[in-house]
Amino acid sequence: MPKITVNEKKIEFEEGLTVLQVCELAGAEIPRFCYHEKLSIAGNCRMCLVEIEKSPKPIASCAMPATDGMVVKTNTPFVEKARKGMMEFLLANHPLDCPVCDQGGECDLQDQSLYYGFDHSRFTENKRQVKEKYMGPLIKTEMTRCIHCTRCIRFATEVAGIPELGAIGRGEDMEITTYLEKSMDSELSANVIDLCPVGALTSKPYAFEARPWDLKKTESIDVMDAVGSNIRIDTYGWEVKRVLPKINEDINDEWISDKTRYACDGLLKQRLDTPYIRENGKLIQTSWTKALKKIVKKLNNTKPEEIAGIVGDLVDMESMFIFKEFFNKILTSSNLECRTKKTYLNPKNRMNYIFNSSINGIEQCDLMLLVGTNPRSEATILNARIRKTYVENDIEIFSIGNPGDLTYPYKIIGSNTQVLKEIIDEKHEISDKFKQSKKPIVIIGESALKNDYGEYVFESIKNYLIKNNHITNEWNALNILTQNASRVGAVDLGLYKLNKKDNFPILNKLDTNEFKILYLLGADELRFNKKNEFIIYQGSHGDLGAQIADVILPSPTYTEKDGHFINLEGRIQKAFKASYPPGDAKEDWDIINQLSKALGKTLNINSRKELEERLINSSSIHSKIGEIVKSKVDTNETQEFSFVNSKIEIDFVDYYFSNHIARSSMTMNECRSIKNKLLSTGTKG
Amino acid sequence: MKLNRIIKTIFLLEFVKALAIAIKEIFKSKKTINYPFEKGRISPRFRGEHALRRYPNGEERCIACKLCEAVCPAQAITIESKPTADGSRKTIRYDIDMLKCIYCGLCEESCPVDAIVQGPNFEFGTETREELYYNKEKLLENGDKWEQTLAENIKADLPYR
Repeated sequence: MPKITVNEKKIEFEEGLTVLQVCELAGAEIPRFCYHEKLSIAGNCRMCLVEIEKSPKPIASCAMPATDGMVVKTNTPFVEKARKGMMEFLLANHPLDCPVCDQGGECDLQDQSLYYGFDHSRFTENKRQVKEKYMGPLIKTEMTRCIHCTRCIRFATEVAGIPELGAIGRGEDMEITTYLEKSMDSELSANVIDLCPVGALTSKPYAFEARPWDLKKTESIDVMDAVGSNIRIDTYGWEVKRVLPKINEDINDEWISDKTRYACDGLLKQRLDTPYIRENGKLIQTSWTKALKKIVKKLNNTKPEEIAGIVGDLVDMESMFIFKEFFNKILTSSNLECRTKKTYLNPKNRMNYIFNSSINGIEQCDLMLLVGTNPRSEATILNARIRKTYVENDIEIFSIGNPGDLTYPYKIIGSNTQVLKEIIDEKHEISDKFKQSKKPIVIIGESALKNDYGEYVFESIKNYLIKNNHITNEWNALNILTQNASRVGAVDLGLYKLNKKDNFPILNKLDTNEFKILYLLGADELRFNKKNEFIIYQGSHGDLGAQIADVILPSPTYTEKDGHFINLEGRIQKAFKASYPPGDAKEDWDIINQLSKALGKTLNINSRKELEERLINSSSIHSKIGEIVKSKVDTNETQEFSFVNSKIEIDFVDYYFSNHIARSSMTMNECRSIKNKLLSTGTKG
Repeated sequence: MKLNRIIKTIFLLEFVKALAIAIKEIFKSKKTINYPFEKGRISPRFRGEHALRRYPNGEERCIACKLCEAVCPAQAITIESKPTADGSRKTIRYDIDMLKCIYCGLCEESCPVDAIVQGPNFEFGTETREELYYNKEKLLENGDKWEQTLAENIKADLPYR
């Protein structure tokens, strides 16, 4: 391995690294503005200057490849003088408006000027003044502060895949712009706020809300989609002020989607803070004792088989666990369901309902087939990973069904099950590619598992992959893209009901109104015609579930309680309590516990800790937090299926409106109306 | 030494000296003042009651940078901010708990726009504790009341800042 000397310290490095990266390895910190690990190298801020022996001038270390025998110095007066000079240039045109700037306190320029800045300016000419740019409802711009690092442009072009930012003019006249003053189209757009080293791009909904030193920071897990992005929740009092990404290379890199980041204002709106009961068609406020009394009266007069429980999209594992215990042991009913749409489920083996290749594993694939899925709106971060793989490895991507713009090129090979049959019968051109491919990936979306053809799509693909040896312990090409944060956990815990002929008996029975009591645990997505059902809704927001409910039991949201979530890869992660629920709301486990007591029975769970221990011990899958527990692949387990000729239509996912928190959020509303305007008029702006 | 002391004791020299001083002071002007009708001179740097200042056009100076809140060692200041209709950064809440305040003057020192100042007023005692929880309204009212003196004080102190 080549060797390099950094500040008289000799270290070995891998070939291909830059001087800056090698200096970091040697423990020498180098200031920078434009360089970012996940973006391409631009080399235009020139803050990372270092001294390299035999070079008369200081060298920008971020753009300089490290070579064997180099002698680098990062702490000499020569280097310091060069950096101080650079800082003076940057500050010449930078307005000193830190007190009104939202970046104040977490600003790279502010921090670095502490070491390399002068106490006064020698620049007596007029400072540059740049007009604000419109970049949509999420990004607030103050372009006078821009230091032209071009991180935002590189992010939009490389990671988000929508080149809508660019620079016009040169030198002092350079301006970052969206060209046509339009709102940014990407679902990852708000990441440019984190990338901006100064206060040029700041968060619009969070404008002037708080200072970073005021906020309490809690590291947690996102539930807006099934990816389970790692986030940091910043709270001021009980209000969640903002959500930021936390680096996790296995899941979300450094990015989070706009919904994850900005749906947090929905946590303050439309909240249920006290129990309600419906009397004469109107919901009226009541006390916990009265609400529970009413439920107990109803439950005692109903047969167990006439009671059904539906679990929603954002429910944590603990709540689902105790919900199941409650149904099985106290109500002696097994009518539990986690699906709110009729999508095919085969829970015999864990690999049948998770994303087996893992998000990180996408980067190794050499061929991809999307079946009835639009990863851009169903799992934005996962889509960014597919794009990254496409950019780096130039893989071929095919799709069955038309998902629209995915930010990378792909080929639509058809949109019905007939195409799938052709591939499986090896009559299609792709069949050969699958044979040659070492690590293919097939991603099956929920749209492809719908109704009557779901069984055929899933089982035939699975059989085909097994036949071609693509499902082994080393590489599993079968991937299900779930959309809800609670789904994989719910299936792991067994909150579903199937029988041989019917894959969704509970949803079918709901359609024919066969149940008398319906217990909705945070389920807002259920679409059915209510007749005489008595509906108990336990949840956090006054959304669709609460509208049809007869009794409402208020509970906290994901930021207001500890809880485990399993993401689409089958990775269990823990979300932490950052704030507390409003009013009289109680934690889900506590509500169910009290209800069991009111029924005169007990579940023997006295504290949240006890519940968590029982959950973790219930299965070996749940024991390792943050890891995917690989179970052995069972290729013998097959199911009979018959061909169904049908069109595979990809359901439109209303990205900004996909759950009750997002629906309550003002910011998401605004984003949605802008997007809809764009869709209806065809013009951007 | 010993002889000196004996003479002092016998002739009561210390008493005579003290009496002489007392007699001298009778003919000098008075040192005490008749507070509250008379008041002593105070420095322009005097750290008395807080006030929030305005610009001459009536606009609030405070830009809600929250530096005073951050620097306050007694954590007596609470600020909340929101953008105004014209998009500028302004406070919607500026509270000082005058009972917590230790009158150290760090808030005044940290203020980049000379908005929060400690004026010359030290006579703001009240009958209830509640009256000493100052809000933005009260502080701005103070500022309006004392503006002339405050401006003069800041000007007088300018060469030393």
